[in-house]
Amino acid sequence: MVPLNYYLLLSGFLFACGVAGFLIKRNIITIFMSIELMLNGVNLSFVAFAAHWHALSGQIFVFFVMVVAAAEAAVGLAIIIAVYRTRETLNVDQVNLLKL
Amino acid sequence: MKIVLTIFILLTAVAYSVWLERKVVGHMQNRWGPTRVGPFGLLQPLADGLKFIFKEDLTPPHVYKPLYIAAPMLAVVFALTSISVIPIGNAITVGKFSTPLQITDVNIGLLVVLGITSLGVYGVALAGWSSNSKYSLLGGLRASAQMVSYEISLGLSLIGVLILSGSLSLREIVLAQQGTYFGFIPRWFFFQGQCFAFFVYLTSAYAETNRIPFDLPEAETELVAGYHTEYSSMKFAMFFMAEYANMITVACLATILFFGGWLGPMFGPAWLQQTVLPVLYFIAKVFVFIFVYIWVRGTLPRFRYDQLMAFGWKYLLPLAIANLVITALIVALRS
Amino acid sequence: MLHLSLFLIFGAICITGAINLLVQRHPINSALSLVVVMGSLAVEYLLLGAEFVAAVQVIVYAGAVMVLFVFVIMLLNAGEEEQTSGSRVAILFGIPGMIIGSVLLAWVLVARSGTGEVALGALPGSPRSIARLLFRDFLLPFEVTSVLVLIAIMGAVVLAARPEAVEHTKKEG
Repeated sequence: MVPLNYYLLLSGFLFACGVAGFLIKRNIITIFMSIELMLNGVNLSFVAFAAHWHALSGQIFVFFVMVVAAAEAAVGLAIIIAVYRTRETLNVDQVNLLKL
Repeated sequence: MKIVLTIFILLTAVAYSVWLERKVVGHMQNRWGPTRVGPFGLLQPLADGLKFIFKEDLTPPHVYKPLYIAAPMLAVVFALTSISVIPIGNAITVGKFSTPLQITDVNIGLLVVLGITSLGVYGVALAGWSSNSKYSLLGGLRASAQMVSYEISLGLSLIGVLILSGSLSLREIVLAQQGTYFGFIPRWFFFQGQCFAFFVYLTSAYAETNRIPFDLPEAETELVAGYHTEYSSMKFAMFFMAEYANMITVACLATILFFGGWLGPMFGPAWLQQTVLPVLYFIAKVFVFIFVYIWVRGTLPRFRYDQLMAFGWKYLLPLAIANLVITALIVALRS
Repeated sequence: MLHLSLFLIFGAICITGAINLLVQRHPINSALSLVVVMGSLAVEYLLLGAEFVAAVQVIVYAGAVMVLFVFVIMLLNAGEEEQTSGSRVAILFGIPGMIIGSVLLAWVLVARSGTGEVALGALPGSPRSIARLLFRDFLLPFEVTSVLVLIAIMGAVVLAARPEAVEHTKKEG
């Protein structure tokens, strides 16, 4: 029997790490991975609450989050590849001009 | 206890499937396979194992060491783990102690196997990348792209079986294939209408395990040796073992899902029926599939990479989806 | 007791993976630690009884999305990160700010919630029951997400195509 708060604390910690990575890191791909980490933390709290209130729709919503995350990862990585082709760099600090 | 036994049996099976392959391919090419070591060359795997242990295990200086060492271990671990949910026979009851002939019987056994197949891509991709050479990188990229593309048709071809059996647990899928039509044609899913799905599954599985005709990423005349160019002795042996263990897993899955697993005509006293006969039937069927694997390897030329990808996405995927739709329609109209 | 110890072990693996993602400088190490996080999250889902969600997490997230990330890192040959002035400022203010913010959040959460405990395997999410919900009550979101995935596929193919290839298809018709 694990208190629900433990699951929520773990989920919150993962989310906080995701936000920290998003703000601190300078590589586009690592920033993207921090977004995925945030989404995973949110998934955990969805499943924990679904178990707590015996509502299966919490787990259903996790599917939609996963599908949206996968679609966003695909498009985002395609954008990263396109940016790399024109700017030759993966550092967000150097992608700061609209026109090359 | 079961785990130790299973791993031991699996490693022996891997070693002897290497021997079987060399013999069969040799005979197909009108030459003897290994014949010198032991009768019919049966001790050849032992000699190979000793050779791998005594070979110099060099690590090139330009590799990225943590991933270089971890990649073959990952490949082997994932290849050996997927055996854990495969049932070899029905539950054995000795007195009052009943145990199913698999390590665990999870409700989602089929999904576990699919998940571990998905994770197996990492061993190949990381091996190619960490070797820090252009041949390995290209081989690793091609191999991981190929494995990811054919995973989709692999999963889709299995859904027809799921619809017919109604459960994801591998034991229940086998139990749903009991009985016969007209008294002699067994009620295997292959005969219940999934023959199309079987061929899609087999083709996707050949592509997943990187075997001929889809073994461009690791062929000897392309890209030096693909993703395991820079590996020697023990680590190379681990990749080798992982490939053959994957082959055996695919053969086991094919028998369980399409050909009835351990089912077959039962005769004899009750203890024989329960313990020995199912295991014998299972092993015989798996042997047939491994032979087909090796047969195809000795016969077909390999695909070019763009032909391979086009085949997976433009032909196999629509076929798998069509099979799924037709099966679902038939089941829905029947009930 | 077993539930608590398993939760703590895999929670610790999650936390280590998340911190490792922040600390590592090379993106491939961050990607692999994210895979470890996703794997241990799958085990946590299993502890809560959501077996199908755990399997889908491994197959889709850890086995496909992260493979895509590793693929792109290998393709673009991403190197180690450089420390620019912007990143130093971000680390200087960001990390203490994040720690303060999360401690505040955790304190509010723990002090004010009256929620109870969750048992091992509390809500068995078998594929059958999930399918019943997904294809009856949530059919419209399901179809909409399939359209979304189709749009994402087309967008990704167009964005990542080489410029000559796009010119070639434009010339053809």
